[in-house]
Amino acid sequence: MNTTDNSGDVRLSGISKTYGAFTAVHPLDLTVPQGSFFALLGASGCGKTTTLRMIAGLEEPSGGTVFLGDQEVTHLPPYKRPVNTVFQSYALFPHLDIFENVAFGLRRRGIKSVKKQVVDMLDLVQLGEQARKKPHQLSGGQQQRVAVARALINTPKVLLLDEPLGALDLKLRRQMQLELKRIQTEVGITFVHVTHDQEEAMTMADTVAVMNAGRVEQLGSPTDLYENPNTTFVANFLGTSNLIEAEVDTKSGDDIVLKAGGGKLVLPEARCSAPTTTGGKVLVGVRPEKISLTHADDAGEIPEGRNRITGKIADSSFIGVSTQYVIDCPVCPEFEVYAQNIDRDARLVPGAEVVLHWNPAHTFGLDAAQDIDAGVDIEEEAA
Amino acid sequence: MPVVTWLKRHLVVIGGLLTLGYLLLPNVVVTVFSFNKPKGRFNYEWQQFSFDAWKDPCGVADMCGSLSLSLQIAFWATVGATVLGTMIAFALVRYRFRARGSVNSLIFLPMAMPEVVMAASLLTLFLNLGAPLGFWTILIAHIMFCLSFVVVAVKARVMSMDPRLEQAAQDLYAGPAQTFLRVTLPIAAPGIAAGALLSFALSFDDFIITNFNAGSTVTFPMFVWGSAQRGTPVQINVIGTAMFLVAVLLVLFSMVLGNRRNRQKA
Repeated sequence: MNTTDNSGDVRLSGISKTYGAFTAVHPLDLTVPQGSFFALLGASGCGKTTTLRMIAGLEEPSGGTVFLGDQEVTHLPPYKRPVNTVFQSYALFPHLDIFENVAFGLRRRGIKSVKKQVVDMLDLVQLGEQARKKPHQLSGGQQQRVAVARALINTPKVLLLDEPLGALDLKLRRQMQLELKRIQTEVGITFVHVTHDQEEAMTMADTVAVMNAGRVEQLGSPTDLYENPNTTFVANFLGTSNLIEAEVDTKSGDDIVLKAGGGKLVLPEARCSAPTTTGGKVLVGVRPEKISLTHADDAGEIPEGRNRITGKIADSSFIGVSTQYVIDCPVCPEFEVYAQNIDRDARLVPGAEVVLHWNPAHTFGLDAAQDIDAGVDIEEEAA
Repeated sequence: MPVVTWLKRHLVVIGGLLTLGYLLLPNVVVTVFSFNKPKGRFNYEWQQFSFDAWKDPCGVADMCGSLSLSLQIAFWATVGATVLGTMIAFALVRYRFRARGSVNSLIFLPMAMPEVVMAASLLTLFLNLGAPLGFWTILIAHIMFCLSFVVVAVKARVMSMDPRLEQAAQDLYAGPAQTFLRVTLPIAAPGIAAGALLSFALSFDDFIITNFNAGSTVTFPMFVWGSAQRGTPVQINVIGTAMFLVAVLLVLFSMVLGNRRNRQKA
């Protein structure tokens, strides 16, 4: 892959889409660098598919421009754009066999000898045997691979994937995630992947843009988004976050000391995306797997310098690799903690008094002037 | 009680065979009487077996002329109704325009209206326009009443078509014309074919509307009707039998074709 080649860049500037009074996509700036695996993540109706369709040319933007490399394609019809799409539920041509489905794009561009290319491509997706079958004779996973092959054979500058794994069962989905990632690394084409599944976005993509209500909430690498969410929506939509409302007390060095309930919490200033003035409110967040759980009787053994909160176990569920606890705390009625099943303390059962403690470096701070529950339940609705 | 048990077990088959017999009996009679050698002018009583009529199918004055005319009208009516009906069906499914709702229901009207009313009103229209009755008035009338059937058949097919298929074609470098030819048309084809077959059959055997609007032109159904009053030549049965056979052969042919295609795919 040539790093100076930018012909596979996708640049959206000020792109928007309105349907009558409804705004599906607010003016949006986005750059997807050549060769990257980029995911647009969001719940259904957040504008991610509309954005993808505007890149494909299947939707006319209401404003703004679309660039592929240095070429402006804003008003080009889809058949003149060097991009191909893997559609949701695949849209394979039912009247053509697998071979002809895959050969379709080549034939339309007037390429006469397609046989070798098609056979090679079918081998790449391990469907060489099925070439003469009709789409309806294949399983969901096979159809999905045909859809990818049909798009990839045209060696597009950018491959657009619209919820390509949505119709597959969980196991097959995991398998196809790795498969797609492998293909992407192999061919080095820019992939733009639309999904509502945060796990899928995080496993596959180099960069994820989290969308909500027609806007990009935050953009970054999966780790960055997970560790440093900027909004409550991102904090709740990507995995689970425990959010506590706290008041800024003092600043000491690079840390902010906050008051929550009766206790004090420490938050590194660099990890706080909200303005911090003494007396102001901040939402303090911490991920469930960063927290240690100690029975209240052993509270003395907890090392100094850790953030701590007391509570009572409301519920616990054993799920093999970990145990998930719901803790009823004065500062947060449903505090979630995921504990690795290493040395399980038999006293940690519902009703037990516990102390939750974690390294202050794992704390993040968010602006308190937003909905604390944004993005919490959306995922299940969309799935 | 074995007879009762046997009857019970095969009730569905027996019922099916009886219904089939009921449907096919008229055809059997037509076929049998095409080998008759009637004594008088009427072919209603069995006399003796003969190939006479089969050897000379056009032996009756004007009959083959009317047959050829009927086939021509049926052909052109099918072409006209299929092309127009397909376009109307696409327009009704794909586009939102004013009066779409009323067009949608008006298109069913010719199917629901008594034929004789339609025949009379068409005649009134043609007479008022001063149009000479004949081939063209028959063709116009036939295209009109075949249209609704084509629209209904094609519309059902187009409605069940995934719009993403056409988007996928466009995404794969097919321009509008290519998309239509390579994707839209082949997928809509079964609906279009069904509409065309219906049109051909309806046009070919239409009597009432044709009779009103034909002037001095005589189509095959009109010829049969006319001759039935003066005497029925055996050749009519020959033509009837031949058409039945052609239809059966076509069905068999398409079945064999379909089977072979399926076997190749498997």
